[in-house]
Amino acid sequence: MLRQSWWKILCVVLLLYTVIAGFLGDVPAKPILHETIRNLYFHVAMWFSMMILFIVSVVYAIKYLRRPDQVFDIYSLEYAKAGIVFGSLGVLTGSEWAGFTWGAFWSNDPKQLGAVVALLIYLAYLVLRNSMTDMDKRARIGAVYNIFAFAMLFPTLWIIPRMVESLHPGGLGGNPAFENFDPRMGKIFWPAAVPGWTLLGVWISSLRIRLQLLELKKLNHA
Amino acid sequence: MRKTACLVWFLGSFLLSVLSAAAQGNDGNANVEMAGVLRSNGKIYIVVAVLATILAGLFVYVIRLDRKIGRLEKEAK
Repeated sequence: MLRQSWWKILCVVLLLYTVIAGFLGDVPAKPILHETIRNLYFHVAMWFSMMILFIVSVVYAIKYLRRPDQVFDIYSLEYAKAGIVFGSLGVLTGSEWAGFTWGAFWSNDPKQLGAVVALLIYLAYLVLRNSMTDMDKRARIGAVYNIFAFAMLFPTLWIIPRMVESLHPGGLGGNPAFENFDPRMGKIFWPAAVPGWTLLGVWISSLRIRLQLLELKKLNHA
Repeated sequence: MRKTACLVWFLGSFLLSVLSAAAQGNDGNANVEMAGVLRSNGKIYIVVAVLATILAGLFVYVIRLDRKIGRLEKEAK
């Protein structure tokens, strides 16, 4: 699976389609947003990709706890790292977008804060891992912490921001996310933007996993 | 073989959705200012070209990295 090429070709096709159709396709005309509504294909897709990468990461963490194999730990770590990269890009692009629509690059919006808290929890995962030199101990504690981090992911991103007033769609007082989602945009967002960016994340993770597996092999032979 | 068929199916359905999306017009909200002029005089295509170039560059980079790691894996065997 890691070394097959069909899904990489699919990733290239989907992302090129996202960029081309994302700029040339029709979008609903909405006040405040204007053409920035197209950021949905990029900013929002970052978060979807991040969540999928974190889900894969926690699955491998659980696999490691069930059967302590260093390979599972490598998978878990590298998917989490790619997820952190996508999440950071999500925060940055969101801030850029907010600066020109909501009037401030940062407004302490519950979803902004929640996203940063979630990312900090995942960054702590890397710090925690690197504080241990013993490989098995690092992998085991890392896997346990990964489950904790994942348990915090959905409350910070999906639950808390929806219980309070928020500038983001989905907050208290109506404006639920994706309820009035334009079908023309859905045709780009669901089949191309989300899987395309996610596949790019998987691709990058897979490269890092392969490198780590090579190192592990070298270590075992030495 | 099935993978190729899958890819062709994906491509076909995307093309169809682009065409059908292009066939629909603005949804009657004429008060909201959109980049209609920008698009009609063709400048938006420059942005599309720039982004496509960036993506293409990133893809070339990732593919080369992929091949390099593939070679390392072969050597390690």
